[in-house]
Amino acid sequence: MAAILQIRDLKKTYEGGFEALKGITLDIEAGEIIALLGPNGAGKTTLISTICGITEPTSGSATVGGHDIQQEFRKARSMIGLVPQEINLEPFSVVEDNLHYSRGLFGKPRDEALVERILKRLSLWDKRRSRVRELSGGMKRRVLIAKALAHEPRVLFLDEPTAGVDVGLRKDMWETVAQLKSEGVTIILTTHYIEEAEAMADRVGVILKGQILMVEPTQDLMRRFGRKELRIELRAPLDALPAQLSDYDIELADEGQTLVYSYDTHADRTGIAGLMRSLNEAGIVLRDVQTRQSSLEEIFVDLVSEGSTEEEATA
Amino acid sequence: MNLLAVKSIYKAEMARFFRTIGQSFISPVISTSLYFVVFGAAIGSRIQEVEGVPYGAFIVPGLIMLSVIMQSISNASFGIYFPKFIGTIFELLSAPVNFLEIVLGFVGAAATKALFIGLVILGTAALFVDLTIQHPVAMIAFLVLTCLTFSLMGFIIGIWAKNFEQLQLVPLLIVTPLVFLGGSFYSVTMLPPFWQTVTMFNPVLYLISGFRWAFFGVSDVSIGISLGAIAVFFVICLTIVWWIFKTGWRLRD
Repeated sequence: MAAILQIRDLKKTYEGGFEALKGITLDIEAGEIIALLGPNGAGKTTLISTICGITEPTSGSATVGGHDIQQEFRKARSMIGLVPQEINLEPFSVVEDNLHYSRGLFGKPRDEALVERILKRLSLWDKRRSRVRELSGGMKRRVLIAKALAHEPRVLFLDEPTAGVDVGLRKDMWETVAQLKSEGVTIILTTHYIEEAEAMADRVGVILKGQILMVEPTQDLMRRFGRKELRIELRAPLDALPAQLSDYDIELADEGQTLVYSYDTHADRTGIAGLMRSLNEAGIVLRDVQTRQSSLEEIFVDLVSEGSTEEEATA
Repeated sequence: MNLLAVKSIYKAEMARFFRTIGQSFISPVISTSLYFVVFGAAIGSRIQEVEGVPYGAFIVPGLIMLSVIMQSISNASFGIYFPKFIGTIFELLSAPVNFLEIVLGFVGAAATKALFIGLVILGTAALFVDLTIQHPVAMIAFLVLTCLTFSLMGFIIGIWAKNFEQLQLVPLLIVTPLVFLGGSFYSVTMLPPFWQTVTMFNPVLYLISGFRWAFFGVSDVSIGISLGAIAVFFVICLTIVWWIFKTGWRLRD
C-alpha cells in the first residue's frame, strides 16, 4: 500500500528556542489507523498542527497524497480533516450550520444529504438545530468530529478524540472510527486512553521529546512487551514466601495478603498449573484469583522511561 | 480562488450580526438621536450655518462617518479576534484558503454591517433635518470605501490584540480622537491656523471632508486629495494584512 502521508525530517523550533519536533520521519499507509502515544509536551499536537497548516515547520517536509503541505497547501489540506484536542466551537452557532460552514471552507458545495448522514452516524441528528452551548461535552466533541468529516477527508487527525467522553460514547466513537477505516479513511489519533490505541490502532508510534521512539504494529508491540499477571488473594496473610514457591517469578503484595505471579503469555508453558500444585503442597488456602494483561499503558511507560534513560546516558 | 470559502465566512459572520439585529438597529438610532438633541438642537441653535449649510445638516456626514468608522473597526476586529479567543481559528488555518479569501470573508462582512449602520443613521438623520445629497454615487462610494478601509484596519487590530483590553485600545485611544478632531462636528476653517495645520495630518479629516462634499458640495480639502488619502490608507492596510498572512504573525506559531 502506498504511503498517503510522508513526513521527512520534520523539525519545529518555537520562538525562544524550544525544539518541539527534532526531525520526525514517518510514513503512514492509506487506510490504516495509527495511534501516536507520548507524554504531555512530547510533540504529538505540534506534529499534527504542522501537517495541518496551523504551525509552520522550521525545516523538513511532509506530503499528503503526494501533495507538499506548503507548496500545494490547497490540495494537501483538502484531503485532511482535523479534530482538535480542545473543544473549539462557537457557542452560539447551530450544529448543522457548523457542518455547512466547514464544508464551505473546504470549497465544497452544500450537501444536505451528506450532513444528515454524518449527523445521524454521530447520533447528533436530533440536535441539528440546537446551539452548541446547549450540548453536553461529549456531544460537542462529536460535533467537532462531524465538522472534520463534512468535507469528506481521506486523512483524519483525531487529537485526543475521547477526552472527557463517557464510556458508552467512547465505544460508539470507536465504532465510528472503525467504520471510517472500512471506508478507506486513514486515521491518525493521539490519545491518553491507551486502551483506545490498543483497541483501534493498526500501528502505534511512540513520541518522546520531539522524536519518534518507535513505530510498531500494535499486536507486535503487545506481544513483544506484554506480560500477564496472576494475582492470588490468600485467606491468611504470609510473612514470607514458602520454599516451595522459590522457583517461581512471584512476589508478596498487600502486606502478605496477595501473591503476584508474572508470566509470559506467549511462552510454551505458563507455569500456572505447577504453581497451583505448589500452593496446595505448601498448604496455602486461596480466596480469589485474578489475571491481568499488562496494558499498553504500562508498556508505554516502560518505553518512555527507557527512552529517557538512554537519552540521559548519551547526553 | 476558493469562492465557496469566502461565502461561508461571510455568511457565518453575517449570521452573528443577524442574531443581534435588534441591538444592531436600535443602538445607532438612539445614539444618532442623542447627537441631534445635543449638537443639533442645543448647540445648533447658537450656530446657524457652517459654510452655508445649516448646522444640523452639516454634522450628518461627520456623524455617519463617526459611527461607520467605529463600527467597521469593532466588527472586523471582533470578527477575527473571537475565533482566536475561542480557538476556532484552527479551522481557518487548516482549511485550503489563502489570506485574500479570509480577508474577503471577514472584511466583507464587517463592511456590510457598518454600511447597514451608516444607512440607518442616514435614515434617522433625515427624520431630524432636511437633507439633500448632491452627489449620491460619490456618497455611496465614499461610504463603501470607508467601511472597507476601516474594516481592514479593524481586522489588523483583531489579529494584533492579545486580549479584550487591547481590542478596545486602538479604537478608544487613537480612532475616537482622530474622528472627533477630524471635523466631524465643525469645519477646520473654524480652528486657529496652527491647529488647522495639525489637523491636516489627521487622515480622518480627508474622509469626512470628502464625504461632506458628496452631501453638500462643500469641503475642507479638495475631493481628489480626499480620495487619494483614503486610497493610500486602504493600500497600507491591505499590505499589512498581506504581510500578516505571509509571516503568520500572531496567527501561526
